[in-house]
Amino acid sequence: MSVIYVLWLRELRRYVRSRTQIVASLGQPLLYLVVLGFGLGPVFQKAGQGSYLQFVAPGIIAMTVLFSSIFSGMGLLWDRQFGFLRETLVAPVPRIQVMLGRTLGAATVAMCQGLLVAIVCFVVGFRVADPRALPVALLFMALIACLFSALGTAIGSVLQNIQGFQLIMNFLVMPIFFLSGALYPLNNLPGVLSIVTRLDPLAYGVDGLRTALMGASQFGLAADGSVLVLVAMMLLFIGSYLFSKIQV
Amino acid sequence: MIQVEHLVKRFGEFTAVDDISFEVRRGEIFAFLGPNGAGKTTTIKMLTTLARPTSGTVEIDGLDPNGSSHEVRKRFGIVFQDPSLDGDLTAYENMELHGVLYHVPRKVRVERIEQLLRLFELWERGNQQVKLFSGGMKRRLEIARGLLHTPKILFLDEPTLGLDPQTRNQLWTQVKHLNQSEGVTVFLTTHYMDEADRVAQRIAVIDHGKIVAQGSPQELKQQTSRDSLEEAFLALTGSTIRDEAASSTDQMRQFGKLWGNRR
Repeated sequence: MSVIYVLWLRELRRYVRSRTQIVASLGQPLLYLVVLGFGLGPVFQKAGQGSYLQFVAPGIIAMTVLFSSIFSGMGLLWDRQFGFLRETLVAPVPRIQVMLGRTLGAATVAMCQGLLVAIVCFVVGFRVADPRALPVALLFMALIACLFSALGTAIGSVLQNIQGFQLIMNFLVMPIFFLSGALYPLNNLPGVLSIVTRLDPLAYGVDGLRTALMGASQFGLAADGSVLVLVAMMLLFIGSYLFSKIQV
Repeated sequence: MIQVEHLVKRFGEFTAVDDISFEVRRGEIFAFLGPNGAGKTTTIKMLTTLARPTSGTVEIDGLDPNGSSHEVRKRFGIVFQDPSLDGDLTAYENMELHGVLYHVPRKVRVERIEQLLRLFELWERGNQQVKLFSGGMKRRLEIARGLLHTPKILFLDEPTLGLDPQTRNQLWTQVKHLNQSEGVTVFLTTHYMDEADRVAQRIAVIDHGKIVAQGSPQELKQQTSRDSLEEAFLALTGSTIRDEAASSTDQMRQFGKLWGNRR
């Protein structure tokens, strides 16, 4: 237990100490929020869908958690290159504990980052439909964070160096984001796209988050929750298997 | 304590370790010497569960590092050749993390950390992030960390690289002390022949992935009829200088520097 705790604590310490990185990583969500939120606002309004800022804010929070958790999970790559990974791999502790400590740490970091962006959203003008649903929103953020931290760890276990990073970014992370319905509603999409979006786990995260914050659901909270839990469990399982197979 | 038989490691076409066999006895200090790229670190990786052999067998305290890796990991400690500290954590936190990973009880941990940090003159800087340390200080911290718990076998992969004579002296005094008072078996590699001559009871010389000589420092000198171990080593391995290809780690460090990642 204490092994998981110290490795979790390590991720948090590293996060708190990288202040410039925290500020820098707020830039992108802020840009999306302000530029898209206000830029597409009038069109969205004319289409009879209400305020785009209200619509897109949960999506931007989900995006932040997605990026942050995948990157933290892939922090494994840096640890591999800078040697610290070896220190944890030769230690007489089950690798599953090392993996869980890292992954939970990455998920916690992603939660913090998501909360920061949520605060920014409120500052810009986003309002919650029902404050009593906030715990549900937090729960969905946590689920998204766990799921994608596990994915990040799984990817980090397989990739040998940072060169593959761009590949993962362009062919996995960005599609997950763009197909999740973070930026546009998922109803009335053309056939193929509507199928693909249903295969994107983040779609259920965004939907859950949006339901909790705004009250409008696409798949239903129960479906959202169960899909996320299931996929997260699967990825944790795969991630810990791949992590246990790492050779340095 | 360590039994190696017909050990081979290939990376594609390249054979890094080519059918080596040797034995390290319980409680002895064993030096594994060889020029750059001879296969020392690859061998250590296979002994310490970090890499799988292509063929051949390894036994650590009677156990197979692949089959019972967890049991094997309980039995050894290691100081790596390459840095393995977390630059964002402080010196104290790096030590503490290591102590928890190796199940050193809290009370002992706190005492040992202070004792070792003082010994290697890092106590005053204990609460500073490691990335602010000089190369020598980082190296000292790695060694202090490696000595935090008392394993059955201690692997030291070029531990004195880049250290001043004072710290080297301190290190070998500590290692000898551990060896004599706790019976720790020591497996070390080094490029400083005088060190090997001074601390090691037995030596194996590896070159191009093969073991070219084995025995006590005395025996190696007699075998080559030279006066010093350094000359004996040169007689055994020739005087050509070896190049190692830049590893992906080096390339990454360049990349890291480019992006202002100071470690």
